Amino acid sequence: MKFLCVECDKVMDFAERQIPGDGTLAAVFTCASCDREVAMLTNPMETQLISSMGVKIGGREVPAQPMELARTSLEGGRDDAFVLSEDIPLASGESALASGASAGAAAPVRVVWTPEATGRLERVPSFVRGMVKRIYTDWAREKGVSEITPDSMDRARTELGLEGM
Amino acid sequence: MRKIRTYQDVTHDTGSGLLEQVVDQQQRLADRLALVRSVVAVASGKGGVGKSAITANLAAALAGRGLTVGAVDADLNGPSLGRMLGVSGARLGDLPSGVAPAQSPSGVRVISMEFLQNEEDAPLRWREPGMGGFIWQSTLETGVLREFLGDVEWGELDVLLVDVPPGTDKIGRLLELVPEVDQMLLVTTPSETARFVVSKSVRMAREAAVGTVALVANMVGHTCPECGHVSELFPGDGSKRLEEESGIPVWAEIPFDPRLGAATDSGTPLVMTDPDAHSSRAILALADRVEEHIGIRGDDTAEGVDS
Repeated sequence: MKFLCVECDKVMDFAERQIPGDGTLAAVFTCASCDREVAMLTNPMETQLISSMGVKIGGREVPAQPMELARTSLEGGRDDAFVLSEDIPLASGESALASGASAGAAAPVRVVWTPEATGRLERVPSFVRGMVKRIYTDWAREKGVSEITPDSMDRARTELGLEGM
Repeated sequence: MRKIRTYQDVTHDTGSGLLEQVVDQQQRLADRLALVRSVVAVASGKGGVGKSAITANLAAALAGRGLTVGAVDADLNGPSLGRMLGVSGARLGDLPSGVAPAQSPSGVRVISMEFLQNEEDAPLRWREPGMGGFIWQSTLETGVLREFLGDVEWGELDVLLVDVPPGTDKIGRLLELVPEVDQMLLVTTPSETARFVVSKSVRMAREAAVGTVALVANMVGHTCPECGHVSELFPGDGSKRLEEESGIPVWAEIPFDPRLGAATDSGTPLVMTDPDAHSSRAILALADRVEEHIGIRGDDTAEGVDS
């Protein structure tokens, strides 16, 4: 899928993605030559077709998580289907040192979840909780954030485009 | 009329990153399967021929020989492999590197949609939108199967068995994801209808240049539990005819045995509880053939089809 600025005969570049929450999607493309912008609007079926491929228009802010497609798409996912690894314990104040994104790093940042952040995380359906926790923890480690609070979760959501997480 | 460049004419990437993400998916799958010596598909095209029961027993038989065995229940809509291998309701480990599979009592590492669903009688349903499922459902289910194959922390395996649901399209779906399936066991019965349907799968496997293709004739006669006498269940000889017509060898002829079904229903494959039963012996002989071919691509054997 490409957009061509007919007037300039130039391929338009992806600029922005918006997900309004009604199942639709808007992706903005711009022409680098004339600055013309167009928005591609997809209906819920078209949006679903794209997400069914396990891809995101505009690229991924975070790497694909194990079984992400199944976990985010299945209706009626079993709450206790996944057992969190001991490396990413849920209990407040415990570290999450062994998350995959920092594999190979010499000294991973120790990340601590505050009780408030843990409480918020516990409201996430357990079917996807491990995946969500890992995303936040990896973000914190990458940013050098040693303590995850509700505020830092909000920051991560904004920066990573974690709609619905 | 002005000339507008075509998609193929335009080489510049839009920056939307879709192609890179698809390549990443393929690479993750390839990396995971690089640790698997042999991918063995148990397929048919026809439903109700006993693929899952054979997969469960074959997996247990191979694991019983000390091989490291994984089993993927590719039947997302009618999962049964977890139940047949005695790991119904298993919980999966959520690891940074992937999802840890269930471990059956027979030592088989298993993934099945059953483990992810919250109700036993819940049909497989995907989240919104409610309409237009025919547009995206197959894409989504192919993606989930890719995750079953590539996102599960299988570790090093001698054999990864894939229980493929009915329909030649499902065989095609697997081959899209795993072009180099090492062995494909096509399960059939002596019935003429089964021959008719399975012949389509034979052709598909051949055209896809699957390493080794073999037939497994199931329900070949009925074994009397009292005297062991085997009587015919089907009047035809469809599996033999298919062998003759296609040149694909029959690796096993498994007699119908109610105990085979009862054992798999109870989560304990018959090869474990009664290895001397006629059907168990046939499956153990099948395991011999599969084991012999681990690590051998079809083109190492005559015409790509072993005999």
